[in-house]
Amino acid sequence: MKEFEYTITDADGIHARPAGELVKLCKEFKCDIKLMSGGKAGDCKKIFSLMSLGVKCGQNVTVTFKGEDEEEAYEKVSSFIKTNF
Amino acid sequence: MTECRGISVFGGVAIGKIKVLIKCEQQVKRIRVKDSSLEIERYQGAKKVAIGQLEMLHAKALREVGESGAAIFEVHQMMLEDDDFNEAVENIILSQNVNAEYAVAGAGDNFANIFSAMDDEYMQGRATDVKDISERVISILLGRSDNSDIANEPVIIVAKDLTPSETVQLDKEKVLAFVTEGGSVNSHTAILARTMGIPALVSTDIRIDESLNGKTAVVDGGNGVFYVEPDENIVARMKKKQEENNRKKELLQELKGKETITRSGRKIKLYANIGNIKDLALVMQNDAEGIGLFRSEFIYLERDSFPTEEEQFAIYKTVAETMAGKEIIIRTLDIGADKQCEYFGISPEENPAMGYRAIRICLDRPDIFKVQLRALHRAAAYGNVAVMFPMIISLEEVLAIKKVVKEVREELENEKIPYANPQIGLMIETPAAVAVSKILAKEVDFFSIGTNDLTQYTLAIDRQNSVIDKYYDAHHPAILAMIDFVVKNAHKEGIWVGICGELGADTELTETFVAMGIDELSVSPGQVLAVRNKIRNIS
Repeated sequence: MKEFEYTITDADGIHARPAGELVKLCKEFKCDIKLMSGGKAGDCKKIFSLMSLGVKCGQNVTVTFKGEDEEEAYEKVSSFIKTNF
Repeated sequence: MTECRGISVFGGVAIGKIKVLIKCEQQVKRIRVKDSSLEIERYQGAKKVAIGQLEMLHAKALREVGESGAAIFEVHQMMLEDDDFNEAVENIILSQNVNAEYAVAGAGDNFANIFSAMDDEYMQGRATDVKDISERVISILLGRSDNSDIANEPVIIVAKDLTPSETVQLDKEKVLAFVTEGGSVNSHTAILARTMGIPALVSTDIRIDESLNGKTAVVDGGNGVFYVEPDENIVARMKKKQEENNRKKELLQELKGKETITRSGRKIKLYANIGNIKDLALVMQNDAEGIGLFRSEFIYLERDSFPTEEEQFAIYKTVAETMAGKEIIIRTLDIGADKQCEYFGISPEENPAMGYRAIRICLDRPDIFKVQLRALHRAAAYGNVAVMFPMIISLEEVLAIKKVVKEVREELENEKIPYANPQIGLMIETPAAVAVSKILAKEVDFFSIGTNDLTQYTLAIDRQNSVIDKYYDAHHPAILAMIDFVVKNAHKEGIWVGICGELGADTELTETFVAMGIDELSVSPGQVLAVRNKIRNIS
């Protein structure tokens, strides 16, 4: 399992448009990708699950990757999150 | 005549007939079915049609309002394809043996409620998106077609609030303005109005009913007023205002892609001020030639810990890459005074404008300062980045800054991290910096005059105190003399000098600045074309 921690810097938090792009990206991978924030976990391949976490600017999130292509998913998804959130 | 007030999201004047859009709340009946697998098939079929419609709307929006406005339809597609949503619909059909319409309405309400219950205004707004997708599927199931044919003549759209699909389905040629009873300045209506550049009011104190249909009305976007059945005087006044606006707008659009150059051939660098990475789109739209002031504070505000080097690097790099070789001047942290940040642990002050702020904090706290400088140097490898320092009063500060910069470069060199040396500049915004500008000019690559603070400190006028507003005179001869003095000292040392305060966009003074020899003006994105227009008319 790979793990990635990050503090959201985008003023709007995880909002609709980039969340959609994140879901699109995560769906390219086979591994399980979860985003945890404030004691709740969301599935990065499901837009409602992700958005309903209501992650805001300044909050810490942990993203976990579990499965065969976790290395590649970790690289791509973490760099996407850093640039967009 | 009725006069209503709303919050303006885009200026301009519109005069025309009202068209009320009242959403026919889809009355969905609960019908028990025998064959629930048939209902699931109907749902799947309708979903496919809905996704097809959304793809078309996405393409239409892409053409009409660009990528940022169109993206919401991709999000809608994802919502419809979301496993949780589909399971919820199918569960209702299977467990209750009901029709697909009822199941979609139920699942839609449940998911919308998740968003409405969130304590975040933006997320609450997303409930509209969920309702939008479920209503789309229900319409298809009920065999209703999209009714986007609004009228034969251009109209003022009045509604409670508009969903993204409603706004995009509207024939843009036939919309003069939007007036909504609900909605915020962040609503889709607002975003689209701004992109389309038409007058719009949200949160308007209006009672919406069918009787408004066809009545003549005027939207005064700039002042946030909506007149229903206005009298002749108002119509005449507004018509005049509208004509003036239109003339100005058309004239300015023609200036996109043109040089900022005086009649006698002197080029002025015309840049934009931005406070957030999101403003980059406006910089592009308004054809600014670079970024003259990027306020880096936003990276520090609204959070509860210091941003890391990586986080900052990613932001600066994005700006550098987006601007593709155009100059970007990033101002280092200017916190303190009216911009406070709790985690810095700075005690409250009697007089914060003259207190512990900006470079004074940075030089005391190399741990904070170096992180930003390292990120800036690394980003400089990806574009034309310059760095400037705020609130300078003395040569000693500049030497201390240069020492830290040197250390940062050595560290990056030793760690073999790729970087480039940005141009180094100073904000000239204190009378002290003006007085010693001759000496300071020997140390740096450029100056940028911050006229807001310079006026406040020179005239001893607290900008936050409205009682003394009448004394705040940015055209005061003292300020103009100071600018002139700084330009001369800068040019003597062969460095360039710009203005990034509000005065830079004051077209009454443009000619004076050009005559003084100013090299660069940085203004808010929306003012770029107006200033370019002014400069092109100077001989």
